[in-house]
Amino acid sequence: MKAWTPDAKAALQQAGMSRRDFLKTSGALIVAFKMEQGRGVAPGFNGPGSAQLDSWIAIGADGSITAYTGKCELGHGLYTAQTQLIAEELSVPFNRVKLIQCDTALTPDQGTTSGAQSHPSNFNQGSLALAGATAREALLERASTRLGVGVDQLAAQDGVIQLKTDTSKKVTYGELVGGRKFSIALNRNAKRKPPNTWTVLGKPIPRIEIPAMAAGQFEYVHNVRVPGMLHGQVVRPPVVGATLASVDERSISGLPGVVKVIVKKNFVGVVAEKPYQAMRAANQLKVNWTPPPTTLPSHSNFFDWMRNHGTTRDAFTVNSKDIDAQIAKSSKVVKATYLYPYQMHGAIASSCAVADVQGTQATVWSATQAVYPLRNTVATVLGFKPEDVHVIYKMGSGCYGINGADTVSFDAALLSQAVGKPVRVQLTRKDEMAWENYGVAYLIDQRAGLDSAGNILTWDHESWSPTRGGRPGNNPGNVVTGFLAGFEPAPFAARTPAPDPTNYNNGSNAVPSYVTGCVGAQCGGTGTVASQRVLTHTVPSPFWTGPLRSPARLQNTFAHESFMDELAAAIKADPVEYRLRHLKDQRLIDVLKGAARAASWQTRPSPRSGARRAGVANGRGVSCVLYEGDNGYCAMVADVDVHQDSGVIVVKRLVIASDCGPISNPDGLRNQLEGGALHGVSRSLFEEVTWDAQKITSIDWKTYRPLFLGPNVPRIETVLINRSEGEAMGAGETAVTVAAAAIANAVFDATGARLRQVPFTPERVKAALT
Amino acid sequence: MAVLNLRVNGRSYPVEVDPATPLLYVLSDDLKLNGPKFGCGLGQCGSCSVIVRNQAIRSCITPVSTVAGTEITTLEGLGTIEKPHPIQKAFIDEQAMQCGFCVNGIILTAKAFLDRNPKATDVQIDQAMSDVLCRCGTNVRMLKAIKKYAQEVKA
Repeated sequence: MKAWTPDAKAALQQAGMSRRDFLKTSGALIVAFKMEQGRGVAPGFNGPGSAQLDSWIAIGADGSITAYTGKCELGHGLYTAQTQLIAEELSVPFNRVKLIQCDTALTPDQGTTSGAQSHPSNFNQGSLALAGATAREALLERASTRLGVGVDQLAAQDGVIQLKTDTSKKVTYGELVGGRKFSIALNRNAKRKPPNTWTVLGKPIPRIEIPAMAAGQFEYVHNVRVPGMLHGQVVRPPVVGATLASVDERSISGLPGVVKVIVKKNFVGVVAEKPYQAMRAANQLKVNWTPPPTTLPSHSNFFDWMRNHGTTRDAFTVNSKDIDAQIAKSSKVVKATYLYPYQMHGAIASSCAVADVQGTQATVWSATQAVYPLRNTVATVLGFKPEDVHVIYKMGSGCYGINGADTVSFDAALLSQAVGKPVRVQLTRKDEMAWENYGVAYLIDQRAGLDSAGNILTWDHESWSPTRGGRPGNNPGNVVTGFLAGFEPAPFAARTPAPDPTNYNNGSNAVPSYVTGCVGAQCGGTGTVASQRVLTHTVPSPFWTGPLRSPARLQNTFAHESFMDELAAAIKADPVEYRLRHLKDQRLIDVLKGAARAASWQTRPSPRSGARRAGVANGRGVSCVLYEGDNGYCAMVADVDVHQDSGVIVVKRLVIASDCGPISNPDGLRNQLEGGALHGVSRSLFEEVTWDAQKITSIDWKTYRPLFLGPNVPRIETVLINRSEGEAMGAGETAVTVAAAAIANAVFDATGARLRQVPFTPERVKAALT
Repeated sequence: MAVLNLRVNGRSYPVEVDPATPLLYVLSDDLKLNGPKFGCGLGQCGSCSVIVRNQAIRSCITPVSTVAGTEITTLEGLGTIEKPHPIQKAFIDEQAMQCGFCVNGIILTAKAFLDRNPKATDVQIDQAMSDVLCRCGTNVRMLKAIKKYAQEVKA
């Protein structure tokens, strides 16, 4: 049975529930625990979930509905959308549903909230949506028995099931199951409500958290205050790869409030009574480090360093083995190389966690995207059993992937374990930025052969990207704190040559949209070009890396969609028309046409005629993708001004067309598309991790300068294609994926200058113009 | 340590604190306010903003002793969930946030600017918001909400 630390109990009580009440209103919990006992590994991205209805939905005696989800609100509106989903499936008003999210004591293990997987997981025929449908059918069947009439004569509304012909004959959900368990399994065949009958789901219901956020009342993980809580700060090494030589505790002996200095291998931290005391102590503590024997690879030659690394892990995503023959037959061969830098998540809040480790029990409040995997790795770090660690999700700022949320949870856990009291840690801006798991750099060579009519005969793609660590999974050393405390990152497994692919998986969008994507008899691509080769090389990274919104997919799409534009230009074809010539997937065609139409796209080749090489030039560019090869269609048209004297690009307008299946909340979807687009603008124009021979040098908002709120904010227009008959897909990472190429293509249209390296800084723009 | 009298959102709070402590730590740790937030601790992002003497200031780099006795307004001081201030209401109506962490600095910076410059043009508003950061890319909605509030201020 799950143990609760005193503070976890206090937190529940604060929420107005005793543990007994909680279990009473949600009999599910015991079931969920039994499933989790002894399971150290969450199989796959989305976790094992639960096959039992009671793990997902509980109905109180008063008819109140509590739903449990393992997919968490990250600022993208998922909490509201999931609440809509349950209200819809159970035919109750939106405000009748209370959703409990991401808590290892309460919710099913759904792995990680990432990769735009929440809609595919929870809004199709599985998990949360299936639980809703199963519950509704079970309630109808029980009402049928109770009232002595057939299910087909009954209708459910507002938590009451009544006879369609005689509304005086009715029974409430509370009367049917209130306070008791369903004790049934999810029914694979339970029928979802058809989208054309939806009254709650599919509507632009305002987000639940926003009024509290606007009023300064919302409780983020940064605002978790546990009685008796102390404050910690960590002391990271001054340079990458340094090891601890000694710590001089006397250097802070005069400072007020210091409770303890904690050292574990290369991990150093300080705990004090007040946050400012901890900050001062960490700054003043004299720590001697031994620098590593080698320096970092040069920033300016990093792409060559990757290409020439020698130790690589190689893979083919597709390989039709006829590339050279097709190139030899081609009338025209086009080649280009694209470069993408390391970028950081750069969450606006430096990461924060609170941990309460008492004896052999731990409670951690964390903004992690992965409560169960974090439970397992915190247990490893502390030397505990996973079932003795309780991880409670509390929202942080937008993370866009694995920022410092997991590593700071380890920091707080280690410090709390050392002092036996709850400890809050919030990283400094520098500690956040210098040590996070960066989105990876990419070097991409593209080569294509065209026939005499200008059609693509063959497409050849080869890439290099670095990797080190990542999501902790079962390796605490995949993030900096775990490594400093003595755990190794997942080992790099070199492999050359690349084996032939055994199945088609375009999860990294390494395969361009214009090829057939055939592996054996299976063809999963969206295009028509049969001759294709995609070869990828990963190399060991000098820095930690991890998923950053649209990992690999964004970098690959920048290269594919820019190169497609280069091919169109090579034969003086219109960029939209040229794409359409090589596409067969109707939904990708539809978003491409939809964006072009809404942007009043004029059919003509790029660059535009009469483009001058001085002053302000204006152009348009297009880009599209089927995200992850199967998870959300998006096309974007960018309209940019290029200030040719200064090299500054100003994005004036972005038109985005999206198709992610049936839309759960159109306003939430628009917010995600707009935000993704601007995130894409910021990353395309400004963002790049930098370093010197020893250390990261992009460590604050001056040295890593993104897009600020104003000025130069483009107009954004969204075209939503609602496919009510389709499967729910992700939409949080599609717009960011297509932005860089749309902008680069627009710059080319305006000026004839081709940008092949992100970010498009004024210096690079000016160099391309000359 | 010294005992300082802080005036926050119309109420007085005696606090015993090192006078060099940044105001933000006192607001969030001693007064337990959730509005002002630690984003960078360097005065670069705006998340920690509070209004003092009609200016939005960065509380993460403001020693608490320099504002003792002066009225300090935080986001909580504008309005409540039930009765939001018009600028808060504009943000709610426009659904102008995603994670919401930056919104403290966005709203207070905009409000202080518009209170001083009620006839500001859209271009001036855009410029005034050039030093606050939203990483979720909610810029378009936020600027729309601010301009909606600006219209109310003008009217």
